[in-house]
Amino acid sequence: MDIHEYQAKEVLSNFGVTVPEGALAYSPEQAAYRAREMGGNRWVVKAQVHAGGRGKAGGVKVCESDQEIQDVTENMFGRKLITHQTGPEGKGIYRVYVEAAMSIDREIYLGFVLDRSTQRVMIVASAEGGMEIEEISASKPGSIVRAIVEPAVGLREFQCRQIAFKLSIEPKLVQQIVRTLQGCYRAFTELDATMVEVNPLVITSDSRVIALDAKMTFDDNALFRHPQISELRDKSQEDPRESRAADRGLSYVGLDGNIGCIVNGAGLAMATMDTIKLAGGEPANFLDIGGGATPERVAKAFRLVLSDKNVQAVLVNIFAGINRCDWVAEGVIQALREVQVAVPVIVRLAGNNVAAGQKILAQSGLPIIRATTLKEAAERSVAAWQSDTSRASMLKEVS
Amino acid sequence: MSILLDRTTKVIVQGITGKMARLHTKDMLAYGTNVVGGVVPGKGGETVDGIPVFNTVEEVVAKTGAEASLVFVPPPFAADSIMEAADAGIRYCVCITDGIPAQDMIRVKRYMYRYSKERRMILTGPNCAGTISPGKALLGIMPGSIYLEGNVGIIGRSGTLGYEAAAQLKDLGLGVSTSVGIGGDPINGSSFKDILEQFENDDETHVIALIGEIGGPQEAEAAEYIRDHVTKPVVAYVAGLTAPKGRTMGHAGAIISAFGESASEKVEILSAAGVTVAENPAIIGETIARVMEVA
Repeated sequence: MDIHEYQAKEVLSNFGVTVPEGALAYSPEQAAYRAREMGGNRWVVKAQVHAGGRGKAGGVKVCESDQEIQDVTENMFGRKLITHQTGPEGKGIYRVYVEAAMSIDREIYLGFVLDRSTQRVMIVASAEGGMEIEEISASKPGSIVRAIVEPAVGLREFQCRQIAFKLSIEPKLVQQIVRTLQGCYRAFTELDATMVEVNPLVITSDSRVIALDAKMTFDDNALFRHPQISELRDKSQEDPRESRAADRGLSYVGLDGNIGCIVNGAGLAMATMDTIKLAGGEPANFLDIGGGATPERVAKAFRLVLSDKNVQAVLVNIFAGINRCDWVAEGVIQALREVQVAVPVIVRLAGNNVAAGQKILAQSGLPIIRATTLKEAAERSVAAWQSDTSRASMLKEVS
Repeated sequence: MSILLDRTTKVIVQGITGKMARLHTKDMLAYGTNVVGGVVPGKGGETVDGIPVFNTVEEVVAKTGAEASLVFVPPPFAADSIMEAADAGIRYCVCITDGIPAQDMIRVKRYMYRYSKERRMILTGPNCAGTISPGKALLGIMPGSIYLEGNVGIIGRSGTLGYEAAAQLKDLGLGVSTSVGIGGDPINGSSFKDILEQFENDDETHVIALIGEIGGPQEAEAAEYIRDHVTKPVVAYVAGLTAPKGRTMGHAGAIISAFGESASEKVEILSAAGVTVAENPAIIGETIARVMEVA
């Protein structure tokens, strides 16, 4: 789960990381008022969306009067911000964060991630702050400093000093860097984060070390023990279909294709999408309905997949391991009778009692296209989708 | 021979009184697995389908000589149960539980390294379907009926995709020495490399099938290991050709977040190491059969 910049800053400041003075606003008037309240004569207004690359996309602006803040934020609220991380649909701006601008000497990149090779927390730092880490690894790989944390003793001070000296931090500022690194690490482990990124961490001209931007992602599997973090979830930043699916215990990722997929198991779901692609089609979604394919789950899955208007055929691929194909077939039939499905439906069943399952589908009287192998299922789906779309375009021409 | 598990392995089930655990314990007994006990704190002295329940793993090991454990404990408590098994001297542990926090798994891995290599428990999973040595024993939730006895060693991150591969082999009359699910989580007990090492040393395994997916470095690490240490032919399939970058595809670990983690990059890395890659999941069985004929 992702949270907003202003939330991440509040979390990190509770762990001793210094952050700029700032205030949240839900309207242009409020943004201007917050700036006046804060005082000073230069502010930065930052659109709060769950994505990086906001600066280049026009989501971060420096303003020198409260009128300017009002004008700039009028153009932000309610709009979609499109950055290289949001995809073409962008993310809605409903909150803006106003901060006092500061004079900066240096920008540093700081990231904490779960390193899957060592299976430990890894710190990644670079003297080239402000750029995305992908850019840094491409253009200045030599500037990257890494450290692995031994979980039994946590992040040691000497490791923090090593990082600071490798980044050529002035000796009198090293202690501030140590405090920042240890604060981020403690927030990471104590709150079950999977990523903490401070980019940039800045050194101001008056020699303070400040987290100018902050991003945190949390482990969904650990949210049960952090209710205060769960509360920070902002559904306006999620794909509505994906959050609806998640609320129903289904795992869904929307894509751009036309063949909807309903599959049990994540690996088989990805493999099914691959076969569709290799057969000349494009999958419309990833959907894992879990090990047990009950009629209720299958019906929910159909509703979800069909809520994508681009879907022109649906492929159901269930490998019945724990359950039985005859039971899954009943579920599919029940779902098709409950949910109005106007596009071709292809069903492939495998595993326990497959013959009985096929027989139930055949005798249902419903226009189900059956397949026995994975290859056949993908080919028949692509063929059904093609003939359906060509028929539709022919009808269009006739009318 | 087979790896990790055979007919005589004494097995316990941690969390045996849960609904899922009961169901699968029955299946395992029917398959011939030597289940000798269960562990549920506070329920010691009870029985489940004739299997005695104990309060601690230490106790069940002392009384029955249990060697392997299947963990069905809910996510908040699963890490603790795995550590309990490691401490009690269990040799091989399969954790089925899906949804264990990643930091808990970091602690589990760190804890297991307290023990010297000779006494360190082997863990596979979490978030996996388990391990089966067909015709001998089943330690997990997979349907035993789709596996024939034979000489293909399977290692996979996904449950149902592993079933798909086994079923394709069965249709071709080919069997499996052992099939090991290593699970779909970002931090797991054993990697492809760990299990490859076991199959390389197993006489009964003639060909190894590696079923990977997007995310993480383990396929690339496996490729390096195969190139330098594996003499047996290896066939691979990597799921997620159509998966977009930065999105989690069901499994917590199936996310492309760095270079070398996409399906096409992994295919390239594995091919370069001499692995025969099935580009299409529908031909995993055929590809293995072809490689076996040549071998």
